[in-house]
Amino acid sequence: MTEKSTAKTKDSKAKASRTEGKNTAVTLCGIRLDNPVIPASGTFGYGYEFAQYYDINCLGTFSFKGTTLEPRFGNPTPRIAECQSGLINSVGLQNPGAHAVVSEELPKLAKVFKKKVMANVSGFSKEDYVETVKILEATEQIGWLEINISCPNVHGGGMAFGTDPKAAAEITKAVRGVTKKPLIIKLTPNVTDITEIAKACEEAGADGISLINTMLGMRIDLKTKRPVIANTMGGYSGPGVFPVALRMVYQVARAVKIPVVGLGGVSSAENVIEMMLAGATAVQVGSANLVNPYACRDIVSDLPRAMRKCGIGTLEKIIGAAQL
Amino acid sequence: MTCPQIGKKANLGPVPKLEKGCVMKKLDAIITENKEVAKNYLKMVLEVSGGLGGEEVLPGQFVNIEIPGLYLRRPISVCNYEAGKLTLVYKPVGSGTEHMAGMKPGEKLDLLMPLGHGFDPAKAGERPVLIGGGAGSAPLYLLARTIKAANPKAQITVLLGFNEKAEVLLEAEFRALGADVTVYTVDGSYGTKGFAADGLDSLTQGAADAVGYTYFYACGPMPMFRAIEAKAKGDGEYSFEERMGCGFGACMGCSHKTKNGYKRICKDGPVLSRGEILWD
Repeated sequence: MTEKSTAKTKDSKAKASRTEGKNTAVTLCGIRLDNPVIPASGTFGYGYEFAQYYDINCLGTFSFKGTTLEPRFGNPTPRIAECQSGLINSVGLQNPGAHAVVSEELPKLAKVFKKKVMANVSGFSKEDYVETVKILEATEQIGWLEINISCPNVHGGGMAFGTDPKAAAEITKAVRGVTKKPLIIKLTPNVTDITEIAKACEEAGADGISLINTMLGMRIDLKTKRPVIANTMGGYSGPGVFPVALRMVYQVARAVKIPVVGLGGVSSAENVIEMMLAGATAVQVGSANLVNPYACRDIVSDLPRAMRKCGIGTLEKIIGAAQL
Repeated sequence: MTCPQIGKKANLGPVPKLEKGCVMKKLDAIITENKEVAKNYLKMVLEVSGGLGGEEVLPGQFVNIEIPGLYLRRPISVCNYEAGKLTLVYKPVGSGTEHMAGMKPGEKLDLLMPLGHGFDPAKAGERPVLIGGGAGSAPLYLLARTIKAANPKAQITVLLGFNEKAEVLLEAEFRALGADVTVYTVDGSYGTKGFAADGLDSLTQGAADAVGYTYFYACGPMPMFRAIEAKAKGDGEYSFEERMGCGFGACMGCSHKTKNGYKRICKDGPVLSRGEILWD
């Protein structure tokens, strides 16, 4: 067990519950979550549309759609290509811009979601990230900032910052300077050594690391003999990437002392437990939401059963238990 | 919907309904019929367990079908929906629809339905024209039925286009609704030789109002849409296709630019009105 996995809980109710499958609560960067399940950015919009389908307050929290300083339309279509065990997307950060998120999207969310939300932020320069975070900083609704330096679908930013430890540290440090909120940096798997990037972010003041963003991939249409995706390449996600994501979560959790949020192909309560055993404090679910809009609700309600099956009483205690 | 963790609804008041019509449901359905109804086209009839609780599918909406062995669901337009009985008319063109074509009565499918912003039957007026090309004819059936139910006096013109005689779909069904149907085939083997959009010229020529119809509704391939756009004198709407990720508005995989900002084909469409479409 690592130091962070024994994080003290002030929640006496949680402490009292020792029965197997009962205690799903975790603490992520000082904020208590009822459970570790978090819909991943880009698969859950700004949340309120999903509130029509189920009560989204059952979630740990969710990470909202990647938001940039200015509104963005994103990339041309087709933006989606199916793969075995997943899909490639090349949406390109379509979003209404930070001001509209604060003035329009978050008030709609407040009507249906009483918990703190994770704000996912992307940009094309250090200044972009800083300005966007300044706009979001005053919003009480936002619990964590998740800084996306790993989007494979935009040029002149996004993933470029996440593939170089120096650039990753620079963005982290700049954003650290303008926020008091817990700061999570979202990393790309499209690098040779992800632990170097993670350590650079930690040293620059990050409170947590989330990984993995999508893996760069492509498909070719056999009839037209052209790439399926209009932008040629896109980000591959879905159950097919789970073993890669799990391996990287394991590596990063060994390399840093700050909490790790694991994501990549998670589709079941068992996957959540596996990610936590590898070292994840909380777990995001992405592509699964797109094929089953109830996926996260179902995983949350299935967690106690999966915990009992694995002989787990308090989920938080298994964080990093597989670390040798 | 109660929350499994909290056990009761969070005290936030009623969840605002954001969509017109029935909110999407995830439902099991049993195939009761799946057979070829014309060359290259199949009709699948499904019994939707539990139905939509008395709510209806609006014309132009679609279902998103989980296909065994494939990761993404497949969106298919609703041809008809009545009391839990769902009819789809589709053309096998890829791995999803090809799998569907091989399915047998008694097999189950998992559906998300109803999805999307469909046609607006309220705009039909007294003499609407419905223009369908190939599989695009299918969603026009529920539209014609809905228009007729709301206004039995409406004189509906249906223009259907196919490659050849063997492919002709739904002609008798539209006639049974009392519609004035003209079928076009590219090779002239049935009906009038030409394209469905040609029918707009016949309606317009000599019409007292120089239009010949009150509103048009179109579903079919892009060349048909461009032909309509060149000919149409009146207002109308088009139903679009796009590769979708989720089909219910979450992933932004199918967004198109319009005069009114971006629109998700799956959620803000598939039907867009003529005035908002950017054709380039």
